[in-house]
Amino acid sequence: MGAVTGIAAIMLVLLGQDWGDALFWILAAVMLGSALLVVTMHDIIRCGLAMMVCFGALAGIYVVLGAPLIAAAQVIVYIGAISVLILFAIMLTQTKDAPSRLVFQTQAVPAAISAVVIAVIIALAIAATDWHEVPERIRLATDALSQVLFNDFVLPFEIVSVLLLAAVVGGVFLAKREPGGPS
Amino acid sequence: MSNSLDAYLILSGLLFAIGSFGFLARRNAISMLMSIELMLNGVNLSIVAFGAFIPALGAQGSVIALMVIAVAAAEATVGLAIVIAIFRNKKTPLVDEYDQMSQ
Repeated sequence: MGAVTGIAAIMLVLLGQDWGDALFWILAAVMLGSALLVVTMHDIIRCGLAMMVCFGALAGIYVVLGAPLIAAAQVIVYIGAISVLILFAIMLTQTKDAPSRLVFQTQAVPAAISAVVIAVIIALAIAATDWHEVPERIRLATDALSQVLFNDFVLPFEIVSVLLLAAVVGGVFLAKREPGGPS
Repeated sequence: MSNSLDAYLILSGLLFAIGSFGFLARRNAISMLMSIELMLNGVNLSIVAFGAFIPALGAQGSVIALMVIAVAAAEATVGLAIVIAIFRNKKTPLVDEYDQMSQ
């Protein structure tokens, strides 16, 4: 996989694209490929690991996009916390007798059709809309972002912290065993 | 290509579509939660892309993306706790066997 991406990078540079474009293409390909693996692979543990790869590539795309703080939060929260949580939940809910012969439900084909339709509609809407964007990325400094976050958005910030506390308490309450119930 | 908003938006739309396919098609409840995370990440990528290409937004795009990441963490916690609680009662993670209300 590394050799393939390396060769792809060299080819892209030889084709006359600069490094930003090459990085964007490689990260986008890795992200979409691993996302497809997440939704199609048989072994659910491998699905979780492919999801970590997908989140890592997305963090790289955030860096290319000029948002390093979002990339750091992505790595810490998604790869560090949510993926580990999901892997633990997978290991808690794996059944030994039937590791799910069928990965997909009976509605897999309509689901695939609807997903393709959603993608096409989104792409058409994006292509048809003028967003009044600037041709060059705005690189936002982290101190400017923190000024905005802790001045204008300090109330949502505190509400999010209360929400996280409530989610932790609720998660513990939901997942704990009842005393005397089936273990 | 890395300097055009459309490329990032189409990428986020593709990620959202892949996530919606996984949510609709997978049998395992945890796979469905992973697909929801993929869809959330797709939306988050579009928010950050808007913040990086539209000057009128200023820093608000990045702030909203950070909030979305925090709320997604809360959602994953509660969702996985619910899946574990259901698994403890039904002994299976497959959602098409959660048919108690249709019997």
